[in-house]
Amino acid sequence: MPQSLVQIRGLKKSFGSLRVLDGIDLDVAKGEAVCVIGPSGSGKTTLLRCINLLEPYDQGSIKVDGTEIGYEEGGSTRKRRSERALAPIRADIGMVFQLFNLFPHLTALENVMLGLTKVRGISKAEAKDRAGHWLNRVGLSDKLQSLPSQLSGGQQQRVGIARAVAMGPKVLLLDEITSALDPELVGEVLSVVQGLARDGMTMIVVTHEMTFARDVGSRIIFMDEGRVVIDGPSRDVLANASQNERLKSFLARIEMKH
Amino acid sequence: MTYHFNFNFVWRYADKLYWGLVLSLEIALISILIGMVIGLSLALAYTGGNRWIRSAIAAYVEFIRNVPLLLLVYLVFYGIPSAGGFAYDALTSFIATLALYSGAYLVEVFRAGLDAIPKGLIDAGKAVGLTPWQRFIHVRMPTMFRIVLPSLSNVYVSLFKDTSLAYVIAVPELTYGANWIKTNTFRVIEVWIVVWPMYLATCYALIYALRLLERRFSLVRR
Ligand SMILES: Nc1ncnc2c1ncn2[C@@H]1O[C@H](COP(=O)(O)OP(=O)(O)OP(=O)(O)O)[C@@H](O)[C@H]1O
Ligand SMILES: [Mg+2]
Repeated sequence: MPQSLVQIRGLKKSFGSLRVLDGIDLDVAKGEAVCVIGPSGSGKTTLLRCINLLEPYDQGSIKVDGTEIGYEEGGSTRKRRSERALAPIRADIGMVFQLFNLFPHLTALENVMLGLTKVRGISKAEAKDRAGHWLNRVGLSDKLQSLPSQLSGGQQQRVGIARAVAMGPKVLLLDEITSALDPELVGEVLSVVQGLARDGMTMIVVTHEMTFARDVGSRIIFMDEGRVVIDGPSRDVLANASQNERLKSFLARIEMKH
Repeated sequence: MTYHFNFNFVWRYADKLYWGLVLSLEIALISILIGMVIGLSLALAYTGGNRWIRSAIAAYVEFIRNVPLLLLVYLVFYGIPSAGGFAYDALTSFIATLALYSGAYLVEVFRAGLDAIPKGLIDAGKAVGLTPWQRFIHVRMPTMFRIVLPSLSNVYVSLFKDTSLAYVIAVPELTYGANWIKTNTFRVIEVWIVVWPMYLATCYALIYALRLLERRFSLVRR
């Protein structure tokens, strides 16, 4: 079996006395797009935030491309890496947020350029080219100079995707990136993600869009109460949904909302 | 008997008013710059500090805010040198006073601003791979300043007006100049008829300039 790009073993995380992740094991191969579904509060966001080290975790290991990311290896004690040491590691793990989180004082172009110049050390001129390329790719070549407040939600989210992808991350994490959007804007964002998947971008996608999960993801993970309950090829998981009570009732609730 | 207006004396000493106004503006500018350094440093120390640091900063803010500015002017000019056994000139003392005074107000302004930075922006900065220092320079500071700009404007304008208190320790700013002319010519009404619009016009010019700045740096472009 080829080594997986993302390898999670026995990941545990609590907020106070609330155990949010209860022993997660997950492997994602290079070029694979995995969709994570599950009821509200099941720990999906927390899982992604742990992978990008925005949340510390209590136990277990997360490796990206073979390196343990959040904690110093070796020795018997577990020591979290310093924020400074985490920065270059995070740069290789892209994240797109539910609420976009664009830098409000920077234009679309500058939002994408910031990481390229400051983190990747690319010259201004080249960063501009690259940022322009990605904004063009997400269909925003006419909005380069717009501030986030001048953009629609769908446009903001596409800037968010461009900002993450332009960094050339090894893996891209997407957390319900369409759930804050008006229904008519969801399509434009999902089609961008579909394009990335086709190009072989490794992705972990938390989503409530079941059609999207089926079409984009090669694989579906169903989480409940901090555990991976089901992990399998998309079509199989959805076809056999009736055999699992929890998945069945989750899907029924999703249906009702749409 | 009617009062006969005579502005001649005022015009004769107009340079006292002109240079007084210039000095008032200089005092305001230097004090606010020092005050901003104090305010921002303490706001950051407060946000990242332990209980002791927080209490010390809170005590400073409370002390300054609950003492009338006039008393503070006397305290710094007369009190501190006599207790410490040294002396400084009135201007230095007054600038120090205003800097400490505005600093205390600005701690609160900046602290509120730092708290108001959306958490998601910090996360986004982390996710892109910015180091803590880069996040400070490129994310936290620009966002915070834009959030606090309207409150900053208020502090600036009231600080300019507060420079008039310097006349009690004989700093030759605008109010001092006005008083000088008044005591030397007894033309009380004429002096204030000239000086009052000078304060008013300067305040309006300040407010206007600050509004332009606010609009330029607004996060919402219209
Ligand atoms: N910072 C926090 N402090 C305390 N509890 C938290 C925090 N973040 C999340 N939780 C709790 O952890 C649990 C899992 O939250 P999480 O956001 O990961 O769920 P989710 O699967 O993403 O849900 P949703 O579908 O609603 O986004 C929830 O019960 C939540 O209340
Ligand atoms: Mg979530």
